[in-house]
Amino acid sequence: MNQFLFVVVPYLCLTTFVVGHLWRYRYDKFGWTTRSSQLYENRLLRIGSPLFHFGMLGVVGGHVIGLLVPQSWTDALGISEHTYHVVAVVGGLVAGVMTVVGMAILIYRRRTTGPVFSTTTNMDKVMYAFLGVVIVLGMWNTIAGSIMTVGGEYNYREGVSVWFRSFLAFHPDPNLMADAPVGFQLHALVAFGLFALWPFTRLVHVFSAPLGYLTRPYIVYRSRDDDQLGSHQPRPGWDRVG
Amino acid sequence: MKVMAQMAMVMNLDKCIGCHTCSVTCKQAWTNRSGTEYVWFNNVETRPGLGYPRTYEDQEKWQGGWVLNNRGRLKLRAGGRFKKLLTIFSNPKLPSIGEYYEPWTYDYATLTEAPAQEHIPVARPKSLISGKNMKIEWSANWDDDLGGSTANAHRDPMLKKIADKVRFEFEQTFMFYLPRICEHCLNPSCAAACPSGAIYKREEDGIVLVDQDKCRGWRMCVSGCPYKKIYFNHRTGKAEKCTFCFPRIEVGLPTVCSETCVGRLRYIGLMLYDADKVLEAASTNDDQGLYEAQRDVFLDPSDPEVVREAEKAGIARDWIDAAQRSPIYALINTYKVALPLHPEYRTMPMVWYIPPLSPVVDVVAETGEDAEDTGNLFAAIDALRIPVEYLAELFTAGDVGPVDAVLKKLAAMRCYMRDINMGRDPDGSIPEAVGMTEEDMYDMYRLLAIAKYDERYVIPPAHAEQAHSLEELATECSVSEYGGGQHDLFGEGSGAPTPIAVENFQMLQDRQTSESLAGPEHKGSRVNLLNWDGKGSQPGLFPPQGDDS
Repeated sequence: MNQFLFVVVPYLCLTTFVVGHLWRYRYDKFGWTTRSSQLYENRLLRIGSPLFHFGMLGVVGGHVIGLLVPQSWTDALGISEHTYHVVAVVGGLVAGVMTVVGMAILIYRRRTTGPVFSTTTNMDKVMYAFLGVVIVLGMWNTIAGSIMTVGGEYNYREGVSVWFRSFLAFHPDPNLMADAPVGFQLHALVAFGLFALWPFTRLVHVFSAPLGYLTRPYIVYRSRDDDQLGSHQPRPGWDRVG
Repeated sequence: MKVMAQMAMVMNLDKCIGCHTCSVTCKQAWTNRSGTEYVWFNNVETRPGLGYPRTYEDQEKWQGGWVLNNRGRLKLRAGGRFKKLLTIFSNPKLPSIGEYYEPWTYDYATLTEAPAQEHIPVARPKSLISGKNMKIEWSANWDDDLGGSTANAHRDPMLKKIADKVRFEFEQTFMFYLPRICEHCLNPSCAAACPSGAIYKREEDGIVLVDQDKCRGWRMCVSGCPYKKIYFNHRTGKAEKCTFCFPRIEVGLPTVCSETCVGRLRYIGLMLYDADKVLEAASTNDDQGLYEAQRDVFLDPSDPEVVREAEKAGIARDWIDAAQRSPIYALINTYKVALPLHPEYRTMPMVWYIPPLSPVVDVVAETGEDAEDTGNLFAAIDALRIPVEYLAELFTAGDVGPVDAVLKKLAAMRCYMRDINMGRDPDGSIPEAVGMTEEDMYDMYRLLAIAKYDERYVIPPAHAEQAHSLEELATECSVSEYGGGQHDLFGEGSGAPTPIAVENFQMLQDRQTSESLAGPEHKGSRVNLLNWDGKGSQPGLFPPQGDDS
């Protein structure tokens, strides 16, 4: 069972994530967008969206540090377990609260603003459910697990993180995950579900973060595509000669 | 010197009667799809007025275009690259749908399906955004012909710059129409604002386009364009803009708006310009110097050195010929009667305007004086400072000098030509008074008054050897039964075939099966001929084909 939950399922989800993105990019560049609804409603979005997104950037950053940096490295830097714990919890709480509040505003907006709700696809709703559950479970782990220590103390950096790195190294050790509190198990599983859904939702816009904008020239010049004048591909038999 | 060619347009505002034919035909051709209901690539505004979207010219508010920073270098008014990325999660300067207008249709079914009754049934307006009943409060030309201007006109950002005391006199005496399309700028701030780099300027003809596959819907271009001529398609989540009808231009046909213009007031032609000088010209210190600075960027296509450089840059011989015959070059540089719209935005716009003289003539005529007498007209141009100042706010960043000069040339042309038409001896002192020769004046008259189709539109086709694949010629087999052609070429399903993908599949299916107004309940019973362009067949027009056909 552990083998299935913490080895098979994650790898299936990861494969879907990678292959799905390749497929989506290959076949649906036109649909690759944030599908902004700012035109319909601006007041709530102005507050909710930056809160959520900047909170999310903090959350992702925290996960990268927590999951990918081994405890031995921070130990070697002389950062004590207690210091690390305090920084992680405080940072996690700030980012987490921003994310949750932002998400609450955005979901409220999506549900109550008529035009926004009517452009919400079924895929959006499923995605919101998964994303919401992942975030709530993550907050639970931070607050209940790390602050109030419900169900005993647990150092995820000796369990979940090690498992995650072994997973990325294609040498997974499911027992590490099996020993983790159920909150962490669920958080990881639902997150992998979200990863599997990712390429088929509007979340693909994450991979369009326009960092290239910082370095490209302001004005882009492009030559007309010589193989294709107008907006159609030439039909078979009308291809260019020479 | 780096010679580049730019397809450009000039509109002679004297001839615009505000009939909106250009807007309607453009909409039929390009934006009759769901998601672009509120979008007019071409719109006609009554000035003074708020424009579309409302008060778009107020750059203090909308932060479009470029400004000079403290060091005299060009920067986007809305902020640099870092600021753009930091505000990407919620564009702070995006006009809401209310600033354009909430598109609507009418509940026509209550008219056609109402039973016999005492009271006439009423079709209520329904929002195309929310589907609910709505109160119509604004549209793309709500203040047409100064309608409601006592309530609205004082918000015209250009009028605000002129002294308050003259406002009402102004409204009584002066009004004109301003048709607008994308300016296809030499220094487009929309392209500079696009985080994805999806907006590009074509090297061959300078047309500015949005790559629909690269656009990610960040909406920064909408804010970046000071003319607000980039629109967000709220269905597809992508930016769209005027394409200068590039499929037509490529085969040497004028744009749809020009082709259908009733007043024949549009001119299309090539301009050669020095791409190396664009940035320097756009960085001119003085706002009022930008008009002259932009004229300096243009190259004389008859100059042998320019021709040599153009050939070196790979511009085809027939394109150089076309540039030499360009009516745009004549109007901008030879006769100097065309002026750019809002040069102070520093985008180097390429759709220029000949400011209108007719309102001045009308005022003189109303006084009972001879409205075609040079002295009277010149005096009127000098006396009617308010209209001239208003025009200067539009075309020369407030410098009345060039506007005065243009209006006087137009006035002189009227007077000079009247003598000829009345069979009197032409008076050589009239052209001289505005610094022109008699011959030039007559040529200008020919170009402005009677130029035929091929003189108004000098458009060299692209790659004649590929003509068969050009969209407008359509020599390909378009008979879909034989497996060729394109299914559902226009209207809803226009553009390249859309691949089925998880997300837009749902969207397309919803749209096709929706019970909302855009897709009426009894599909078979309603045929929408409004967005049918005559090609292909409209759903419901013919009975469905059997599988065996």
